[in-house]
Amino acid sequence: MKIRSSVFASLCLLFEICGIALFLRGFFPVPVKSSFTSKNKVSDLPAEPLTGNGPNMSNMPPPLFKRVVIVLIDGLREDFVFGTKGHHFMPYTRHLVERGSSLSFVAKARPPTVTMPRIKALMTGSIPGFIDVVVNLNSQALLEDNLIWQAKAAGKRIIFYGDDTWVRLFPKHFLEYDGTTSFFVSDYTEVDNNVTRHLDNTLKRDDWDMLILHYLGLDHIGHLSGPHSSLVGPKLIEMDNILKKIHASLITKETEESLPNLLVLCGDHGMSETGSHGGSSDPEVKTPLVLISPAFKRKTAMEKPDTVEQVDLAPTLALALGLPISQNSVGHLIPPVFHETSLRDQLRFLHLNGFQLSCLLKDSIPAYEKEEGYEQFHVAEKSHGNWMKLYLEGNASEILSNMGKKVLKQYLDALKAMSSALSRQLGKYDMYSMIVGMIFIFQVLLLLLLVMPEALSSAASVELPLGTALLSLPFYLLFLLCTSMHMLVCTSAESSCYLCGLPWSIALAIITVVSAALCLLVTMATQRLVPEGRPSSKSHNSSDAGGFSELDILLLMGTLGHVFSLAASSFIEEEHQTWYFLLNTLCLAVFQDVCRTYFRERKGPADELCYAPTREDTSLRKWLALLTPLLTLSCCRLLRSLNQTGVQWAHLPDLGHWLTSAEHKVALSLLSTASLALIFILVQHRCSLVSKIALALGLLGVYSYRAAVGNVQFPWQQDLRDLSKGTVEARFVYVFVLGILFSGVKDLLRSQVVTVDARLKSRGLWEVYSGLVLLASLLFRPHNLPVLSCSLLIQTAMRQFIWREQQYDAAQITIMHYWFGQAFFYFQGNSNNIATVDISAGFVGLETYVEAPAIFLTAFNTYTGPLLWACHLVCYLSSEYDRSMTAMAHGCYCFALLRSIPAAAYVILVTALRYHLFIWSVFSPKLLYEAMHTLVTTAVCLFFTVMDQNHSSKP
Amino acid sequence: MWDHEIKGMASVHAAIASSIFMATLVPAVIVEKFSVYGTHLVWVYSVAASVAVVNIAMFWLLGVGLVAKRNTLSYKVSRAIRSSLYFTLSCFFYHIIVILYGAPLLESALETFSLAVLLSTFTTLRCLCLLGPSVQAWIRVFSRDGAMSVWDTSLQITTACSVIGAWLGAFPIPLDWDRPWQVWPISCTMGATFGFLSGLVIAPFWIHWHRKQLTYKSK
Ligand SMILES: [Zn+2]
Ligand SMILES: [Zn+2]
Repeated sequence: MKIRSSVFASLCLLFEICGIALFLRGFFPVPVKSSFTSKNKVSDLPAEPLTGNGPNMSNMPPPLFKRVVIVLIDGLREDFVFGTKGHHFMPYTRHLVERGSSLSFVAKARPPTVTMPRIKALMTGSIPGFIDVVVNLNSQALLEDNLIWQAKAAGKRIIFYGDDTWVRLFPKHFLEYDGTTSFFVSDYTEVDNNVTRHLDNTLKRDDWDMLILHYLGLDHIGHLSGPHSSLVGPKLIEMDNILKKIHASLITKETEESLPNLLVLCGDHGMSETGSHGGSSDPEVKTPLVLISPAFKRKTAMEKPDTVEQVDLAPTLALALGLPISQNSVGHLIPPVFHETSLRDQLRFLHLNGFQLSCLLKDSIPAYEKEEGYEQFHVAEKSHGNWMKLYLEGNASEILSNMGKKVLKQYLDALKAMSSALSRQLGKYDMYSMIVGMIFIFQVLLLLLLVMPEALSSAASVELPLGTALLSLPFYLLFLLCTSMHMLVCTSAESSCYLCGLPWSIALAIITVVSAALCLLVTMATQRLVPEGRPSSKSHNSSDAGGFSELDILLLMGTLGHVFSLAASSFIEEEHQTWYFLLNTLCLAVFQDVCRTYFRERKGPADELCYAPTREDTSLRKWLALLTPLLTLSCCRLLRSLNQTGVQWAHLPDLGHWLTSAEHKVALSLLSTASLALIFILVQHRCSLVSKIALALGLLGVYSYRAAVGNVQFPWQQDLRDLSKGTVEARFVYVFVLGILFSGVKDLLRSQVVTVDARLKSRGLWEVYSGLVLLASLLFRPHNLPVLSCSLLIQTAMRQFIWREQQYDAAQITIMHYWFGQAFFYFQGNSNNIATVDISAGFVGLETYVEAPAIFLTAFNTYTGPLLWACHLVCYLSSEYDRSMTAMAHGCYCFALLRSIPAAAYVILVTALRYHLFIWSVFSPKLLYEAMHTLVTTAVCLFFTVMDQNHSSKP
Repeated sequence: MWDHEIKGMASVHAAIASSIFMATLVPAVIVEKFSVYGTHLVWVYSVAASVAVVNIAMFWLLGVGLVAKRNTLSYKVSRAIRSSLYFTLSCFFYHIIVILYGAPLLESALETFSLAVLLSTFTTLRCLCLLGPSVQAWIRVFSRDGAMSVWDTSLQITTACSVIGAWLGAFPIPLDWDRPWQVWPISCTMGATFGFLSGLVIAPFWIHWHRKQLTYKSK
């Protein structure tokens, strides 16, 4: 079977996507969850342990607190309360921490430090899986057992004000609520005023038991200008005053006979030195947790707060409010909270917590009986029973209290051990799915590498011996072998595998595909490696004899070097540095090539430097060609300082921050105007007249959208009061984007169906490209517009003066495009950290969150750099290489290969490093980025293939 | 003839290499609290100065490897002036290239410039000494198959090695090991120096092994 190499490459990538999906499914562990679907009930609670028989207690001890107010300040870092900032800006809170009746802790949040998983952790006590970050945008009702549900079931009246994530997570749970959207990250006053305005009224009333306030302003300030911004101080003072108000009101509500009230101050996550969050650095992970209630002992001096886990809050609050602990909670109660209760109650609380943890342990770990904590818990339970017997016998000696303290310690140790065993459980991987996924990915890579000589030959087609492979005996033997392996794995594995849970038909299909690919691979390998005197391999060798040029060596070494660099976590965090470095070297290598072309040919005496020009324009072209790499270098240097990204140097000031600050609005306006004008000039010249006009109007629309949102301003626009979401303007631009895309597609169709016209086709491609450029300029933040205009500038200059003049072949040009695309991905301000994804792009032109367009727009905005360079490659190869029919196929093949190599290497790496300390913070996000990038590349390659098909069907 | 030339070159290279070691050892005795990392700039300039002195002494004053055409004083003076001009220009050229590679623009400009001076000493200064201040000769030597003598080949090798050494020296900077040599530009200067040293060592051996393939056109 003979197929074109572009088709082959696309098929390979589609196959690879399946492999990556399977790998991801195995890699991201499903969070620890008990299999029960019901929720914990009071009636299910175990009785107090007692040896012998007697009247033991089977219900909960009475609650410790009457009312509870939870003040959750988004992005509250530990040092904002316990550090010098807290000393200056939160005097009242600090006073309570130091001298009041309070307990303070540093609560460690688990990465990913993103709001929604953290809310879930706070309220369920479970550790959400990493994959929860991906659905962070699209939070649905929390079906798991949680504190809010338990409180509501117990008849508590809950009031909530704050981030509307809560309202979506807990629909119909609140007696009264007002959710504010974190839609405009630039707003940090209104979001908080929306919460505070209800406060006075609510505090006056008595008809509630639980009040939850979630303040977003501090987090928004962090995102805007970092933790050391001047805005942080006033915001902390505001928060301090709110706490003071609540505390005062709670004190006045307290009466002698009623239970005390509890005020909880906590943060969902901290913020890094740049003000973002999502990772696992200390400032992002450490949050303060202050419990204020007259039930606690009065402090005398500032003590160093103990460290607890964030998940410990849920069981502690549940027990303190007399509610059952939610099922999936992996935390253990915080002992100081219960210090003032009787020893019997303390033991009872610990017993309840231990019972819940042991149930979860039993349910999620197959070999639970071997766990240290489980045994400890049973020992403790027994001694608790003994203690109870003595206690009920009325023994009140010293021995009893000493014994009780011993039981307490046993319980605490058991709880800690069980809790950490459960947290460890999270690191379990589904190795079987991962290995099958890896086999998929590697088969693709090997196939691509094996066909390299054929795919890059002048025929650009690949001979696939599919028939011989499928009809051979080894295929059936292999199939049987794989099936029996599958059955063996599925029957022996104690933990659940995703593949084993699949229906048989799908599993068999996967086995068939794997064994067929393996047979194909072996057949092709034998064909290639056994010398048959095939002419094609000979011609390949002879073309190799010319040797690699410096550029080839650089391209090869750069690609391989980048792949090897992925093994180090620092190089993943700072991957942009690798690409900038490679790109610079590439430009210098191109510069050297250009110099050689224009200076070397000159034979004869070396007295004249200048290349004797035959015509005036050749000399001009020469200088322009010499200038192009230098222009590229300076553009790259400029863009590099536009967005500091990565981890180590991300906090350094950059041009982007300078431009977005309010006092440089005029500069930003001028810059974006210039960029938009440049975009128009560079894009328009190859469009049809209608598209030109549409493009111009569209770019005007982009500017007015940014003016409406308040990023930039018109010269006549003086007051800044009338800000809107800019929905009308954005939709106006969308109309033109669709119009240009439509006209491009129409040209493409006409070029194929009606008249076979290469020029019409290349114009159609260019129009599709310019439509994408317009969409990108709408979605890009205004300070990022130079990225777009510079990329167009470099593309134009390279196209005019370098690529054809230097006679680079399609493979070299493809690799260059790929490198540029990667570098521009980071120029945009992206990094390998989830926190840098600009989700605001998903809301451009939308009134509310609509899932499909928001995801599409965010993905497009994130991958604009690689996408635009890939599209430019299609345009370039189809227009410049009209004579050689193979350029498109070669380009597509190279693109697929360039993506497969790092993907395959990275999958191996991640598997090898799965117990690395940074696996969740560094390697897993990168894995998601790799998967997404492969998906984007697949889309591009399919586009390539379609264009290539049109092309080949012409003659 | 081959052996004679290679031996001469090897001894010159040995002299340059030992001057680098001396430049590291001597300040350790003279200067207080001298260390390669701590007082890095002192080390850089002492290495640059010693390499420059040895090069100038060997090639220009002793006339090793150079076919002097004219020996008048005015010619020598004009050559010296032009050479120093070229050297300064090359320092600025390297400085700009390093900044294009992402070195901070204003911050630690002195450190960046020191790296440029060191690189110029390892590359441009040797070119100036061996080829004289003539751009045409440089272009000839550095284009493909342009070497016309053992010295040209050695120049190619040492230049490429120092530049590649500095290039490779940039790689450890992003690693989060927090070592003293990861501070800008220490790893790059160290890389350039090690590259230069290895170039000095490699060149005689390489020429020796490839002497069959190397056929220099007569001048
Ligand atoms: Zn948050
Ligand atoms: Zn945030």
